[in-house]
Amino acid sequence: MSEEFKVEIVNPEKSFLVKDDVSEVVVPAFEGEMGILKDHISIISFLKPGIIKILSKSGDENYYVEDGIVEFKNNNLSILTSTIFNITDIDKSKQQDLLKQAEEEANKTDINDQSKYLADQKVEVLKTLN
Amino acid sequence: MASLDDLKKRIASVKSTQKITKAMKMVAAAKLRRAQESAEKGRPYSEKMNNIILNLSNGVSDKENAPKLLSGTGQEKTHLCVVMTSDRGLCGGFNSNIIKKAKSYFVKILDEGKELKIITVGSKGNDQLKRVYGDKIIENISFKESKNANYFDADKVGKMVIEKFEAGEFDVCTIFYNQFKNVITQIPQAQQIIPLNNEGEESSSEESYEFEPDEDEILSNLLPKNISTQIFKAMLENSASEQGSRMSAMDNATRNAGEMVDKLTIEYNRSRQAAITKELIEIISGAESL
Repeated sequence: MSEEFKVEIVNPEKSFLVKDDVSEVVVPAFEGEMGILKDHISIISFLKPGIIKILSKSGDENYYVEDGIVEFKNNNLSILTSTIFNITDIDKSKQQDLLKQAEEEANKTDINDQSKYLADQKVEVLKTLN
Repeated sequence: MASLDDLKKRIASVKSTQKITKAMKMVAAAKLRRAQESAEKGRPYSEKMNNIILNLSNGVSDKENAPKLLSGTGQEKTHLCVVMTSDRGLCGGFNSNIIKKAKSYFVKILDEGKELKIITVGSKGNDQLKRVYGDKIIENISFKESKNANYFDADKVGKMVIEKFEAGEFDVCTIFYNQFKNVITQIPQAQQIIPLNNEGEESSSEESYEFEPDEDEILSNLLPKNISTQIFKAMLENSASEQGSRMSAMDNATRNAGEMVDKLTIEYNRSRQAAITKELIEIISGAESL
């Protein structure tokens, strides 16, 4: 029996990525990173800024996301997100732009704890991309 | 009867109008294809979102303490209407259909003695509504600069709606837009987005989910996103509808202009001939009298 399942990433504009030979996906869930293998129990969770790792036969892929929801059901993983980039597509200047934005957001004083936490996360993740 | 010169001028002017409408039709056709494509591509997201929320809201055990975006504030005193129209005219009945639908809803709300607040998206809707409901319009947004409907804009509107909701400025929110059916038919829609109205929709699966963190927290995170998603969907449908409506309107205009040119040409030829005949008669009778 194969150990592969299907993953689909959609953003509001289009279906971003569909892959059906995935062996493992690691998502930055809100309460910590979560690895999903085949026959995982049905789960719904949401994402914090971080890296989605997709491991498949045809090679590993990494995506940077800022937010989103994951749903896993019947060996179908759906990831809904509004902001996603393939890490290999992010060049230095783009990454610097994002980092600057995130830092500005994190330095705001009039935001609540949760958005502060999310912004801090964003800064941290973007720094590790260097 | 108009003089020959006048007719000539009119034919020329109708012809140049026809050229414009023809060009507009072709531009609309090209844009329509793109708009339709992105409307179709955007569907999976909103469908999936809807599905997850449906699954979640069925899982919420404590209906009393459910997030307010889902269950409402418990009263229906103030209604917020988001009327989404285009920024450009010359698109047939597109804008007036939405306005008509919205106005009949406004009348109903006001008759029931409830308070009404309006946000207009797109300048055409604002132009038409401000004459009668000018004092009710609290916000007017226009995305003239952005070429295509994009999520960023929708998110801005969504965030604003949520901000106002959290400030307790309204209880019920309805969005008005045109649903794209095909090039000839666009259906004006009124969709209630706050509180979320999904009664009667059955959850697609009986399966139970594991939630991380718990349902309430996911829901309160998800619902604001859903507002933006719904608004984005409405924007996509709207832009496809706008181009479709413009295309068929411009097609009609081009055809009408063609008919008019034909009619005017016949009239022109007839009066030209009449003038020649008249001149001939004058010459002949002049020669006879000599």
